[in-house]
Amino acid sequence: MKKGRIIGLSGPTVSVDLPGLQLYERVYVGHQRLAGEVVRLEQGKAVVQVYEETRGLALGEPAEGSGRPLTVRLGPGLLGGMFDGLQRPLQALRRETGPFIRSGTDPFPLDLERSWNFSPLKSPGDSLSAGEIFGTVEEGAFLHPIRAAVGGTLATVHRGAFTLDSPLATYKEGGELFAWQERPVREPRRDITRLPTADPLVTGQRCLDFLFPLSKGGTAIFPGGFGTGKTILEQSIAKFADVDIVIYVGCGERGNEMAEILEEFATLSDPWRDTPLMERTIVVVNTSNMPVAAREASIYTAVAMAEYYRDLGYDILLLADSISRWAEALREISSSLEEMPGEEGYPTYLGSRLSAYFERAGVVACGEGTGSLSMILSVSPPGGDFTEPVTQACLRSAGALYLLDTALAHRRHFPAIHWGQSYSLYEQDLGRHFCSEVSGDWDPLRSRCRELLQQETALAEVAEIVGLEGLQDRDRLVMHAAERVRREFLCQNAYSEDAFSTPQQTLERISTIVAFFDEALARLEEGEALDEILKG
Amino acid sequence: MRLAEHSYRTVAAIRGPLLFLEEVFSPRLGEEVLIVYPDGRTLEGEVLRIEESTVLVEVFGEPRGLDRERSRVIFSDAVKQAPLSAACIGRIFDGSFRPRDGLPMYIPERWEPVTGAPINPAARARPEQFIETGFAVIDGLNTLVKGQKLPIFSCSGLPSREIAAGILRQARLVDGGDFVVVFVALGLTYHNYAYYLEVLNGMGGGFVAFANLADDPVVERLLAPRLALAVAEYLAFERGMDVLVVITDMVNYCDALREVSAAREELPGRRGYPGYLYSDLASIYERAGRIKGQEGSVTMLPVVTMPEDDITHPIPDLTGYITEGQIVLSRELHRRGIFPPVDVLPSLSRLMQQGIGAGRTREDHRAIANRLYRAYARGRDLRKLEAIVGREGLPPREKQMLSFAEAFEERFVHQKERRTIGESLDAGLSLLQEAEGGGEGG
Repeated sequence: MKKGRIIGLSGPTVSVDLPGLQLYERVYVGHQRLAGEVVRLEQGKAVVQVYEETRGLALGEPAEGSGRPLTVRLGPGLLGGMFDGLQRPLQALRRETGPFIRSGTDPFPLDLERSWNFSPLKSPGDSLSAGEIFGTVEEGAFLHPIRAAVGGTLATVHRGAFTLDSPLATYKEGGELFAWQERPVREPRRDITRLPTADPLVTGQRCLDFLFPLSKGGTAIFPGGFGTGKTILEQSIAKFADVDIVIYVGCGERGNEMAEILEEFATLSDPWRDTPLMERTIVVVNTSNMPVAAREASIYTAVAMAEYYRDLGYDILLLADSISRWAEALREISSSLEEMPGEEGYPTYLGSRLSAYFERAGVVACGEGTGSLSMILSVSPPGGDFTEPVTQACLRSAGALYLLDTALAHRRHFPAIHWGQSYSLYEQDLGRHFCSEVSGDWDPLRSRCRELLQQETALAEVAEIVGLEGLQDRDRLVMHAAERVRREFLCQNAYSEDAFSTPQQTLERISTIVAFFDEALARLEEGEALDEILKG
Repeated sequence: MRLAEHSYRTVAAIRGPLLFLEEVFSPRLGEEVLIVYPDGRTLEGEVLRIEESTVLVEVFGEPRGLDRERSRVIFSDAVKQAPLSAACIGRIFDGSFRPRDGLPMYIPERWEPVTGAPINPAARARPEQFIETGFAVIDGLNTLVKGQKLPIFSCSGLPSREIAAGILRQARLVDGGDFVVVFVALGLTYHNYAYYLEVLNGMGGGFVAFANLADDPVVERLLAPRLALAVAEYLAFERGMDVLVVITDMVNYCDALREVSAAREELPGRRGYPGYLYSDLASIYERAGRIKGQEGSVTMLPVVTMPEDDITHPIPDLTGYITEGQIVLSRELHRRGIFPPVDVLPSLSRLMQQGIGAGRTREDHRAIANRLYRAYARGRDLRKLEAIVGREGLPPREKQMLSFAEAFEERFVHQKERRTIGESLDAGLSLLQEAEGGGEGG
């Protein structure tokens, strides 16, 4: 191992005189061995971004390179886990160091003592190629396939109970095969076949599934000022989305909210499988007062985990709350490196980093089947102003926009998704899917629903001047029906049984309202009084 | 660990509150130093940055009188620590933890770094125990719970002071436990400070106060809330007390941060505030909370006077993103003599859901709150219409909603004396019953 000393300290950036480091190599600094990564190399000096609290570090303390970039350890035991931005297991950390997070502790992220059951698909003497599925591990209700990291001819194969620190197989050529593997977090998998998106990701939120559907493998953002219900919406989606695994990354979130999520998830079950919800969930959390560099790394830690499961053939949803906090971490780090700032102080590479991140979503071919990684990222624009750089950079890459509106939130219209300004680029493809799978009325009803909302917006301006009573009966009926669309269809109480709506239920509900409108319109034309119709 | 005292006379440059020292042996980031002025005065300081042979030290206080030749800097080998002991209760300190009440300093039980360590999210207990503030509009509609951080967004000239004082005096736990109030005044005028002092003294001792007045050193404005929170965490998690931290005014804190950041020649972010304002505010606000399996809690009520009454200004905006809701005051309600002038529509308590209902407040709390909210929001919407067509032009049902909104402001929001949660809910219920028959959706 290379050894050196600390030669400069400024906030989270530490200069060391270690020779032979690589860019983005993981480095340990100080007597406490705080973790960091190399962000800049100069003659005789390397600048290290330290993920932990640097207060108290002294000049001259030791520094050591690890020879590897920031990596995650992937294998059985991730599901149901809660990690910080560097994949430190928070439950284990709590047992080790008490309720507060102290710097310099680095336990192995997976439980090495827990016993698992392994069923091999191969026998000694078989040859195995890199990436081939070698056997499965039972992880609750989830069958966890184990892929071989490298190929070779098998010498011994283990069967039955094992712990993660013992090998599952040995190769004749030498070397061992473990149930866990390592991946560098900042490096996307490029050696895979990507496929176009096709199937819908049903969220159970009527407004999303019906008006602005998302594809499996697609990306969406929802920007909204504070108090517009971003976190509740993220949680509802995390609970109800029809995917195999949800990875929830809280970057710079409120600690109390994370506590609430965990407590709630622990009591709920997966609506699609009836197994405990936590068994399909991984939480990566770096609350707002945890070190900023780890916040920047946290979204990469989460996506590396997501890619791992995607490549095993599962449908994964990555939820991030919020990407603005990540961008701000990026800005803070960039500014402490004295880089030339771009718009509003964000580094000029904000856009390219974000678009590269969004590109890690998608559908991939893996073995016989496919796996998908979908992303829904929340954005917290300062002052609720959607023209700011992070929202705009996200808009260029994301496939769907769910705009959360402050005025709707103030009226307690939740989810506060603005139906006029949101969009989904997956709408056409998925409309066909819903038409064939749910009902042929899906697309026509959506047009009717949009039309009603559109007409209401136009009429509301007139009504502001002449009053509701001054409108013609037909227009008043439109207003009445549109209000029902808003209150009975688009609004969805996240705290009641209504929190989840299947596509079938969604369709029934909207068709009831539209049918009511059509019938009322017919009666009106026959000369019946509007008040009579509305009473009935 | 250095064994001998390290003292240096190697000041290379002085720039405002910043000293540049040369050839310091093994300095630490954040290390606490003592600066000895040529006239023998001493002040504290902190190591901000270390670059090869140059150490940048920030002086906590007035740098006037420092020179390059005779000033001395003594290094402590430790980061800034707070002296902790239950003896701090009933005392008033300044922004550097010096007694302000004329009594001698106590002997600390132990010392802890002022910055504290983040609570492990896995160790946090969900806030869910109701705190009664005595204000119907808070207790009924924007309920405060133990471990929550709920800021008051005010405008200049509005009685945020009286509301904070009201909460200090009236707040109580339903299960009867005792509160300790940690009060932090930042850059306060003497006039306001005297007001709070009277309130605190009237409370009979269950407080710890940290006062940084308007003419006190700016750097101490950054230190005071951290010292106070170190004390609050100690009282809560070591002594098992329920601590309510009231900080006023966070705008003065942020302005101090901007001033110091500019002196450090850092790149400015929005409106000149440093780019790390969010992280810095989080390092204060996030210290509120509860811990699983432990007694005690830290609840926080920061007061933010919104510059230009603008809720999108960076300070209220970033605060709103970190805290669990906000109580927003309205100039219009204040003009109409309503106290507390809380504007219900933009106000929100994110943790209310868990803190109310049977066993916490009352079974019908949620239903009453929802109905009040909905009816009032309708009434407020109609005011715009009323402005155009006049009240006479409205149908009877809508007139009724308008009257409801007025009655709600005058009889539910406005109050002269403390109300228990039961009284608050009853007040809401009777308003709803009066408006009944007006087609309110229920």
